[in-house]
Amino acid sequence: MDIYLPIAGQSVNALFIVALGFLVGLLSGMFGVGGGFLTTPLLIFYGIPPTVAVASAATQITGASVSGVMVHMRRGGVDLKMGGVMIAGGFLGSFVGAALFRVLQSTGQIDVAIGLLYVLILGWIGGLMLLDSLKSLGYLKVAAPDQPRPRHNRWVASLPLRWRFHGSGLYISPIAPFALGFLAGTLTVFLGIGGGFILVPAMIYILGMPARIVIGTSLVMILAVSAATTMVHAITTRAVDVVLAALLLVGGVIGAQYGALLALRVKPDMLRLALAIIILLVGLRMFLGLFWHPDEIFSVEYL
Amino acid sequence: MLAPVLIAAEKPVLVPDVSARQVQIRYSFTGAQLLLFGAVVYPGGRPPDRQVDIAVVLRGPVQPILVREKQKIAGIWMNADSNRFRSAPSFYAVASSRPISELLDERTAAIYELGVHNLQLSPGGGALPEKERRFEAGLLDLRERRNLYQENPAGVEINGGVLYRAVITIPSQVPVGTYTAETFLIDRHKVIAAATRDIQINKSGFERYVALAARRHRFLYGLTSVLLSLGLGWAAAAAFRRQF
Repeated sequence: MDIYLPIAGQSVNALFIVALGFLVGLLSGMFGVGGGFLTTPLLIFYGIPPTVAVASAATQITGASVSGVMVHMRRGGVDLKMGGVMIAGGFLGSFVGAALFRVLQSTGQIDVAIGLLYVLILGWIGGLMLLDSLKSLGYLKVAAPDQPRPRHNRWVASLPLRWRFHGSGLYISPIAPFALGFLAGTLTVFLGIGGGFILVPAMIYILGMPARIVIGTSLVMILAVSAATTMVHAITTRAVDVVLAALLLVGGVIGAQYGALLALRVKPDMLRLALAIIILLVGLRMFLGLFWHPDEIFSVEYL
Repeated sequence: MLAPVLIAAEKPVLVPDVSARQVQIRYSFTGAQLLLFGAVVYPGGRPPDRQVDIAVVLRGPVQPILVREKQKIAGIWMNADSNRFRSAPSFYAVASSRPISELLDERTAAIYELGVHNLQLSPGGGALPEKERRFEAGLLDLRERRNLYQENPAGVEINGGVLYRAVITIPSQVPVGTYTAETFLIDRHKVIAAATRDIQINKSGFERYVALAARRHRFLYGLTSVLLSLGLGWAAAAAFRRQF
């Protein structure tokens, strides 16, 4: 069943896009990530213009994170004050990201910038996750560290101006979560990813937040920032294709529900191992894409 | 009553038509097939003994474009060079009853822009000729493979020397605007008659509304997209909570 996308200006197979949304939703429900890191590259491989793919993926992330936010809100697993600081950083980050995006777009280097950033981030996070899950599954033996990890990161503790975050039980400077939010906001605009798979480890290891409220808080943050990103793209690049986003969402929101059910039946460490492998595979594909002879040497940009 | 006949006594006249004067892009649009057909009216009503030839051209609105070229720099393929073309047609298809090179000499074909390689792309000034040629070849190759530029040397069928027909397929990614269908009657390496018809390609209904909204009401359009995603996410969560 073919359907015409009014903004992308081409027709696509609707069932394929819904299936893609479902697959990504399944992963996001299982792993608590937005899944944008899969949507955007897959849409680009399918032939959707990169700008439209990035902008419409942001819209999908909003929808996919709604149900997660609702679940965690009910359980009280959200630190709203921490989330608010991060969202403020995220908004600023999305504006700065949009400005950078336009500069790179006009010089023609946006594809390479997107590719390089994907490779770096996916390789780094995927590698860390792979090591971590192999360790906890017992496939990899490591000597126990001599002293336990300090709860507070030294750099975070040295920042001035401290606030009390009751939900997280922390007394830290708001600059650290603000900077984290800023980074995630920039990445959302740039790569069409929610940044969940960066936020979650950063909140645990850098801010020292307790694990029980990390997922909920990061989902609130992703929800707000991806919604802001959709607005930024709608106003600046005008590349949000509402039909494409709706197709992705229909599959995505249903997939997210099944993913959440599936996640209850699988060992969490196995889940993390699987996610690490998926992230590394996508990263590897992007890495090879930078060095392989591209399919098209020439590309057309409309003035 | 007599006047057209008197004029027609000089030269043959082309009476062209197209299967659709308007093409509407709706949700199910996957491209369109246009039939370009018509008749040749000869003076005295009798076709000549030798074979005459017909070429039809369908061209889309002209767009200024920037073509970028990737080069391997430090092992990574990145956009390294670019060239501007001020008047590249967004769509161009030519069909003829014989290969163009057999119908017309190169100069005449270039004057009428018959054939993909005779398109006047108006490259932006200042570039070296060999660079311009490289970019032009790259652009033509890219668009030919996407079916945006087509050349069919056996695409026109002539019946009884009088009736002709050609089918041209338009892919779904063409822009909207006014397209022109030109028909050329070619005899002994000369164009002896030409005629033009306009075809409108428009987005219609919902597709037109969305494209307009995205351009004119950016803020509201963005807000609608966000609300749509929130609504769908919430609906799915609500539906599934009841079920399990």
